[in-house]
Formats: sequence, C-alpha cells, structure tokens
Amino acid sequence: MHSYSGRCLVVDLTTQSTRLEELPESLLSRYVGGVGLGTRLLLEKSTPGAEPLSPDNPVVFASSGLAGTMVPTASKHAVVTKSPLTGLVGDSLSSSHWSLALKRAGYDALVVTGIASSWVSLFIDDDIVHFRKADHLLGKGSSQTEEAIRRETGDNRVRVASIGPGGERLVRYACISNDSNRQAGRTGTGAVMGSKRLKAIAIRGTKPISVWDLDGLQKVCAGLYAKAQSSVTEKYRMLGTPANVLVLNRLSALPTRNFQQASFEGAEDISGEHLAECYLAKVTACATCPIACEHLYRVQDGPYAGLEMMLDYETLFALGPLCGINSVPAILKAAELCDFYGIDTISTGGCIAWAMECFEKGLLTTNDTQGLRLSFGNPDALVEMVERIGKRDGVGDLLAEGTRRASAQMKGGSEHWAIHSKGLELPGYDPRSMKTQALGFAVGLRGGCHNRSPSYEVDMSPGVDRLKAEPGRGLLNKEKEDFAAVLDSLILCKFMRRCFEDFFLEASRLYTLATGINMSPADLRQVGERVNNLKKAFNIREGWTHADDWLPPRMFKDPIPSGEAKGAVLSEAELRMMIDDYYKARGWTAEGLIPPRKLKELKMDDVIELLNG
Amino acid sequence: MERRYIHCDADKCTGCRICELVCSASKEGRFHQELSRIRVAQPTPTIVTSIACRFCENAPCIAVCPKDALSMSGETNTLKLDKARCTGCGWCIEACDFGAIMLDRSTKSVVMCDLCLALPEPRCVEICPKKALSLSTSEAVAQKARNRVATTSKKL
Repeated sequence: MHSYSGRCLVVDLTTQSTRLEELPESLLSRYVGGVGLGTRLLLEKSTPGAEPLSPDNPVVFASSGLAGTMVPTASKHAVVTKSPLTGLVGDSLSSSHWSLALKRAGYDALVVTGIASSWVSLFIDDDIVHFRKADHLLGKGSSQTEEAIRRETGDNRVRVASIGPGGERLVRYACISNDSNRQAGRTGTGAVMGSKRLKAIAIRGTKPISVWDLDGLQKVCAGLYAKAQSSVTEKYRMLGTPANVLVLNRLSALPTRNFQQASFEGAEDISGEHLAECYLAKVTACATCPIACEHLYRVQDGPYAGLEMMLDYETLFALGPLCGINSVPAILKAAELCDFYGIDTISTGGCIAWAMECFEKGLLTTNDTQGLRLSFGNPDALVEMVERIGKRDGVGDLLAEGTRRASAQMKGGSEHWAIHSKGLELPGYDPRSMKTQALGFAVGLRGGCHNRSPSYEVDMSPGVDRLKAEPGRGLLNKEKEDFAAVLDSLILCKFMRRCFEDFFLEASRLYTLATGINMSPADLRQVGERVNNLKKAFNIREGWTHADDWLPPRMFKDPIPSGEAKGAVLSEAELRMMIDDYYKARGWTAEGLIPPRKLKELKMDDVIELLNG
Repeated sequence: MERRYIHCDADKCTGCRICELVCSASKEGRFHQELSRIRVAQPTPTIVTSIACRFCENAPCIAVCPKDALSMSGETNTLKLDKARCTGCGWCIEACDFGAIMLDRSTKSVVMCDLCLALPEPRCVEICPKKALSLSTSEAVAQKARNRVATTSKKL
C-alpha cells in the first residue's frame, strides 16, 4: 500500500491522551478517504444517539489516498461528525495546505473525542502531539488564530484549522476554518469542536509521500493539468462561481428575499461580471489546484475601503439576493465577518433572511432588535446581524440556533418561511424551478445541499424539462449523489469533473497509480453507492424517519411570482412521487430504509456488524 | 553561457505549489515539498510568488561556505555542490537572501535548483499550469520591463 500511511490518530481530550490505530487496506479500499472514510470512522467511534454537542460525539478529519500527491485538486480533507444543526450525519469538505499537512504528518485520519477541562489547542508536530492551553486564543478569528500559533511556533509551515468566536459560542452552523480562507463550512462542525473546548488544530507535517507508480502518475496528471486550462473549466477560471448569478437569475432560480422571489432586480450589481470589472484584486488557488477559482475582491472606497475578501456564488447569493442586498461592499463585509466569527455563510444568510421576513411580517419589531430596522435590502442590518449571531447577542442568539429551531420557538407561522431541509438552510438554487434539485434537497443525507445532491445539473441539461417532475428523476438524482460521493471520498474537487473524458476509468487508474491498490472503474463506481448507503445507515441509527425527507411549506404554497418560471410551484404529490422513485432506484424500502441485503451487496459487512452492536 | 534562472511572473502565480510537488518528484522520487528546489512564498492572500536559486553573480552562499563546497560552474552558470565537502552546517542557507537553499537531513547536505540541465526544460517550467514560470535571464526580464513601460508611458 502506497500513499496511505494506514494510520489513524485518535485524540481523547478528556484524558489528554493519544493513540494510533491501524487502518487496513481492506477498509481504505472500500471507503477510500474523505467523506467515505470519515463517515465509516464516525459510525465506529460514536455512541448511538449521542447528543451532537456532547463529549460522546467524535469529530473526524479524513484525508485520502490522493492527498499529498500531485493529483490535481486532491489537497482536501473531510470533517465528519454528528451535526448539531440536523442531528444527522454532518460531513463537510475543506482544502489546501492544512489538508496536505495532515497527510504529510503521517495520518490518513484524525479522530478527536471527549472534552477538555479548559480550552486547548492541539499541535501535531509529525509524530508528536502537544496539548496546549488556548485561553489566550479565545475571541480570535481564524486568521488571527493562525497568525498567533505561527508566531508561537515560529514556523510558516505550521498549518492551522480553527474555530472562531461563533464556534466558541456554539453557533449551530459554526465552521472549521483553515489556511485563513478555506472552510469546512456546512452542518456546524465548528460547534462540535467548540463543545469540546478545542480552539485549534495546528499541524506541522514534513514527511514525504511515496506513490506506487510515480512516472505513470506524473503522465496522467500532466494531461489533467492541461485539460484544466481548457474551456471545460473556463467558468471557474474567468469569473469564478459568481458567474452563476446572472444565469440563475435568468432561469428564475436565484433565491431572493428568503425565497419570496426567484429573480433579483439587483442581480447585475452583484454579478460575477461586475465583480470582475470593479473589485477583482487577485486570482489564487488551493494547494495542487491547476484551475484557480478563488477570486479575491478588494473594496476601493466607502466605509469598507481596503477590505479584501474572497467570494463564491453561495456566499454571494446568501448574503446578497437572499437578503435583498445589492451592495457589494456590504456583502464582502458580511462575508468577512462570517469568516471572523467562523460561521457558515449559507446558513447565516438563510437565518438573517428568515428574520428579515419575520420583521416585515411584524413577528419581530425594533423592540426585539435593539432598534435595528431588519428589512430586506438594508445593508447595515445585514452586517450588524452577522455580528450579533457571532456574539449570540439579542435576536442573534435565536438565529444562532438555525431556522428550524428559531421558527419552532418564534411560531406565528414563521415555519412557513424557515427555508431548510432537515435543519440545514437551503443553498442558492430555487427548487420550484428546478424539480430534480427539489428532490435532491428533500432526500439529501446531510440536509438540503447542492454539493451532495447536485441534481441541478440534471435540470440544466438539454432535453430535461426542469419545471416538470417525472418518473426517472429518482435514478438521475441517485447517480448524481453517487458521483458526488466518489469525488468527496477520493477526494477531488467538483470543478475538476469535466476534465475527465471517462471519469471512472481515469480516476480509478489515478487511484491505483497512487496507492498500488487495484481499483476497477466498476469498483470505484460502487464506492459512491456504498458511501451514500453508509451515510444513510448512520442517519437511520440516529433516528431519521421518512418524514424528514421533505421541503418547507413555502415550496408548495407560494408560486414563483415573476420571471421566466413565473407560477412555478411544487406539489406534494409530485415530490412524493419523485421520492418514491428515488427510494426504488436506491433499492431501499418504500419507507426509505435499507434492506440488509443491500449492505451485503455493497460489501458492507463491517457496517452490518457495527449496526448490530 | 549567460546566467539563467527560474523566473516567476507573480501576476500569474496562483500559489498552487504544483511546482514544489513536481520538483520534489523529479529530484527525490516522491512528493516532498520540504526538499523542493523551488519554493512558494505567500505572505498575504494576494501576494504570492515562487522562488528558486538565482545563481547570483557574487553569490553570498559561495562566499560564506566554510568548507568551500559551493562553486559556480563557468560552463552552465549553475551552482555546484561538492557533496563530500558539505557538512550540512546551513550557513549558506542563512546567507541566501531568497531562501533558495534547503537542508536535506537524510544526506546531511544542502540542495538547490540545478535548472534540470539533463532535461529539455526544467520540470517546474514545463508543468506550471498557469505558465507563470520561465527559464529566463536578467536581460530577458529587463527587456520585458522596458517594453512594458514604453507601452504604458503617456509621455512618449
């Protein structure tokens, strides 16, 4: 076995002890890495029914067989834990130098359990693990925490993954940040870290990574690097993901004012084109990425002059149109504050948009907001609310719980416009005008997510009527989910996907060239299905029921009021039909449960054993 | 031969560090950024470039080496290391203004860019996905600068 170290580092914060566990080839070849390996370790290390913010809920950091090599975009890691937002599997990806450091320190995975008696940070110096006091780091954002730790260790090679003040205060959608601007963003992994009183994990990884066939790997990678400069990645290289704004706006799929509209009259003001023309400062890349999609923008004048910030479509949509905001400087400032407090930008935008609708409908008044006019389109209110969520100040304390809990507490009909699936706020694709994506959001294993269930691609492909729900979408959604799970386990960035001509053939070959482990295209294809069944098995163990696969009332009651998809709405019958179709395509029961023979067919006997206790 | 070195166009560099990976693969037979002869520096998110040995005309590393292990080859204008003499003391590393010399603890000697003279072109130049790297001379870089300033100057 090459590239993999076959080692998992287990850190118990309660006893401040560490141990190494072996990860055998039979396990690694089936779960591969990233989300697959991470979820498999979570299932094994966690107590069934554990409260997400309790010491019994481990947080797993999983590397992969390709990380640390020159395979394009493979410098990623997955964070997997039970989500404090959904109560189900919370898997989130991040990338770049910290991911490399974890692998180069000699670990395929890191599992953190227990709870420290006072705030600590870990310093993993290759084979040596130091527990360090972290009280002096409290209140710092991720960039400052990194700077402080690097100053203390005196070495730029030390890479840091940390939580911000939002994670310290257990904001349920707090993230874990690394390399100053990368985040394991969704599902609240940072709150789990915060609940363990673990402020940061610093790593100095200095070991080499050997692969099975270096020449073969170099040849394949050189071809992929060249492909990554071609038209198939043009969108990411030229405008970055903000290019989506105008496309989705035209399709009536750009969620606006908390999904009250699906197109935004201010879309031009915040478009990728406008950003590139007026704000672009630099384009950078994650480690080992030949594409380079990170667009760093700089504010030239006004109250936020000098601010430099990276922006992706999802952050832009959530802090922009979703809150009715067309001021780029305010969006950049809000994004910067989200990064400082270490909170997920999508959920933050979703919660603020929900509160703005509460304010406009009179459920929240200026008495509740300390005088703040929390109306759609008010850029100062947006910026101020990010601060309050990060500090859990006033109404921010309620919003820090996420839209599902906040609306359950607020009542007054506000559940109608709490836009989440399984507690996870929806990303920037309107499910009423993208019906395969509606199915994807409803059944999503980590809640509503366009990355784990990227079926907007089905809706946007030629020959598909995106406004229509029809049999067959279940299978299409399953295939998209399984493909995503393969990418998330290898781990490869989704932006590389079009650089492959025959993905399973080329990617399985890359895997074998790196690790020396035989992997056929069919084997790799099965990994995707295995990983999604594994995540589902975890969810079922943690109490998932059939009723959890659903969408918020607005999607069924409020048709899209204007634009190309004017009048589009979802019916309960059509969503039910697509969900049944999907369960069938997955080989699950009508209630969405996994028959034991399915796990056997997917060579998951180890999981059957774990589930039987 | 005119002095040549790896030049990085900082406007094009994205900080991906693929140069570090391929350099170490080529020189060490594995991925080992610590021993890459070209290293990326990114002090802030928007400032990033790659740096390799520039084969200084009056090289401080050669001057400080207490064992006279370093010399400049007149033929190729690259730095030559007499491994038998090198003790891995690292004084050359301290003397280098560019951080372009690395200590290899396994061989107890230092390593630096050799321009991959045995190959048609340096590996990092060949593979850089953004074509930010080139095998260049001071004169070529200066010519580019002169052309740029001539093109943009409004007073001509």
